[in-house]
Amino acid sequence: MADDLLSVDKLGKRFGGFVALDGIDLTVRAGERLGLIGPNGSGKSTLVNCLSGTLRNDSGTVRFDGNLLNGLAAHRRTRLGLARSFQLPKPFRSLTVVENLRVPLYYSVNARPGAPHLAEAAVGERCRELLRLVGLEAKADRQPQDLTQIEMRKLELARALAAEPKLLIADEAMAGLSNSEVDNILALLMRLGDRGIAVILIEHIMRAVISFSQRLVVLVAGRKIADGDPHAVVRDPEVVRAYLGE
Amino acid sequence: MGTKAFWLATTAAVLIVFAASRLVTNDYVFFAGYVVLQYVVLATAWNILGGYAGYINFGTSGFVGIGAYSTVVLHKLVGPPIPVLILVGGIVSGAIGLGMGYLTLRLRGVYFGIATLAMAIVVQTLVTNWDFVGGSRGVYIIRPAHVPFIGGYIQYLFLVMLVLAAVAVAAARTIERSVFGFGLAAIRDDEQAAEVSGVPTLRLKLIAISVSCGLMGMAGAPLPYYVTYLDPASAFNLGYTANTIAMPLIGGTASWVGPVIGAIGLATIQQVSTVTISSALNLLIVGVLLLICVVVAPNGIVGLVRGKRRRAGRGG
Ligand SMILES: Nc1ncnc2c1ncn2[C@@H]1O[C@H](COP(=O)(O)OP(=O)(O)OP(=O)(O)O)[C@@H](O)[C@H]1O
Ligand SMILES: [Mg+2]
Repeated sequence: MADDLLSVDKLGKRFGGFVALDGIDLTVRAGERLGLIGPNGSGKSTLVNCLSGTLRNDSGTVRFDGNLLNGLAAHRRTRLGLARSFQLPKPFRSLTVVENLRVPLYYSVNARPGAPHLAEAAVGERCRELLRLVGLEAKADRQPQDLTQIEMRKLELARALAAEPKLLIADEAMAGLSNSEVDNILALLMRLGDRGIAVILIEHIMRAVISFSQRLVVLVAGRKIADGDPHAVVRDPEVVRAYLGE
Repeated sequence: MGTKAFWLATTAAVLIVFAASRLVTNDYVFFAGYVVLQYVVLATAWNILGGYAGYINFGTSGFVGIGAYSTVVLHKLVGPPIPVLILVGGIVSGAIGLGMGYLTLRLRGVYFGIATLAMAIVVQTLVTNWDFVGGSRGVYIIRPAHVPFIGGYIQYLFLVMLVLAAVAVAAARTIERSVFGFGLAAIRDDEQAAEVSGVPTLRLKLIAISVSCGLMGMAGAPLPYYVTYLDPASAFNLGYTANTIAMPLIGGTASWVGPVIGAIGLATIQQVSTVTISSALNLLIVGVLLLICVVVAPNGIVGLVRGKRRRAGRGG
C-alpha cells in the first residue's frame, strides 16, 4: 500500500541449513505501534537484523519510506530513518554516556542530505534533551561501565532515538525491568507514537505488549502465524497453542 | 591541552630540539635522534588505525620498505629533493594501504593482522627479485656531504624527520578530536552499533588505513639516504613491526600522547643499549617492557597516570 512506511515481502533468511525466517510478510504504517512476539529462537532478532541491515536477507524484499533496502548498508538505512536497539545493549564503551549519543547525531542526523546541519551547540542541546527523555541526565559524563543494566537499556534506546528515526525497532528493551520501569519505558515509547514515529516493540512481557500495541504479530519457528488486533490475536487458538500455552 | 597551546608547544618543541642540535658536534647524536624521531612517526601512524579504530596492523615493515624503495626508484630515475621523495613515498604506501584495506578490512581481529603481515612478506619478496632496485644484493645511494644553511647531511635528515614527526603528531591529534575520530572510536568499541548509528564503517576504516600507511611510507622514504646502503632485509626488517606495535601499547593507545611517549622512551633505550651493550638486546628489551606493561599498565603509561589522577581526585 502507498501509505506503508515499511513493507516486507516474502523475506527469508537461512543460517547454513537452518531456516531462521521463512516468507515473512509485514507492513508498518507511519506512526503505528506494532507488537512482535514469539517464543525464544523464533527469529524475532533475526528479523530485526535483516531489516536494519546488520544481516543480509537471502530472499524477499524490504521497502522503507519509498526506498528499496535490499543490499543497502546498515548506516544508510539508519540515515533513511530506520533505527534499532540491540537486545543485548552494545554501548560504545570508551565513550561517555553523552558522547554515545553524539555518534548518531554526527553520523546520521548531520549526514542526511538536504537536512539542516546541527551546529555543535545544537548537538549538545539535543543530547541533553535525549538524556532527559530517558532519565539519564545525572549519568551524562559517566562511562557505560558505570551504568546499571536498566540504565544501559535506556542508553541503548536513547542512542537509537538520537538518529531521529521514522521507525524505531526496540528489541526487548524491557527485559529484566521492574513493573514501574516497564511503565516508564512504555510511556516513553507511547510518546514517540504521538510524535509520528512508528515503533516495532519486541517483548515477552504480555501486559506491556498488549497495552502498547495497536496491532500484534506473532512469529513461530521463523513463520508469521498471526497478524491483527492484539486482543483477537491472543485468543487465536493457534497462537495460544504455539506460544501462550507453553 | 587546548589547540592553541598544542600548536605552540609543538612548534616550540621543534625549535628547541633544532636549536639544541646546533650545539651538538657529535654526529652520532643525529644518527640516534633520527631513529627516535622515525619511531615517533611510525608509532603515531600505527596508532591512527590500531589505537583509534582498533585494527592491529602487522605490516609496518612493509610500508617502511615501500617508502624506502619508492625513494630508490625515484633516486635512480630523477633524483628529486628529500621532501618530494617523502611526499611520493607517502602517496605510494598510502595507496597500497588503501588497496590492502579494501581487501582485508572486512576481516576482523586476527585475520586482518595475518593479512597485513602476509602483505609485508609479499612486497619484500617482490622487491628482492627486482633487479632495477638492486634485488637481494641491495643498492648504494650516494648522498651529498653537505646541505646549504644546515650543515652535514645527517643534520639535514634529522631536521626533516623532526618536522615529519611534528606533522604526524599534529595529524593524529586533529583526527582524535574530530567527528572522524568519534567515528573511529565507535568502530573500535562496537562495529555493528557504529553502523546502525549511521557510521559508514568501511569508508572510515579505509581513510584511517590510508593516512596511517601513508605516514609510515613517509617515515621510510628518507631511509636509503640515512643508511646509504639499502637491502630488502633491512628495509623490510620485522623489527619495525615489533617496535611500532610495542610503542603505542607501552605509552597508551587512547590518545596521541601515548605513542609519542612510548616511541621516545623505547627508541632511546634501544639506542643507548646499542652503544653501551649490543643491538642484539633490542628485541629483548621490547619483549620485557611489553610484558611489564601488560601486567602493570594495561592501558599504557598514559592510562596509568590518568588512573592515578582520577583516583586521587575521587579521594580528595
Ligand atoms: N548468526 C547466527 N548464526 C546461526 N544461527 C543463528 C544466528 N543468529 C540466530 N540464529 C538462530 O536463529 C534462530 C532465531 O534466533 P533469534 O535470535 O532471531 O530468535 P529470537 O526470536 O530473537 O529469540 P529470543 O526471544 O531468545 O531473543 C535461533 O535458533 C538462533 O539460534
Ligand atoms: Mg531476540
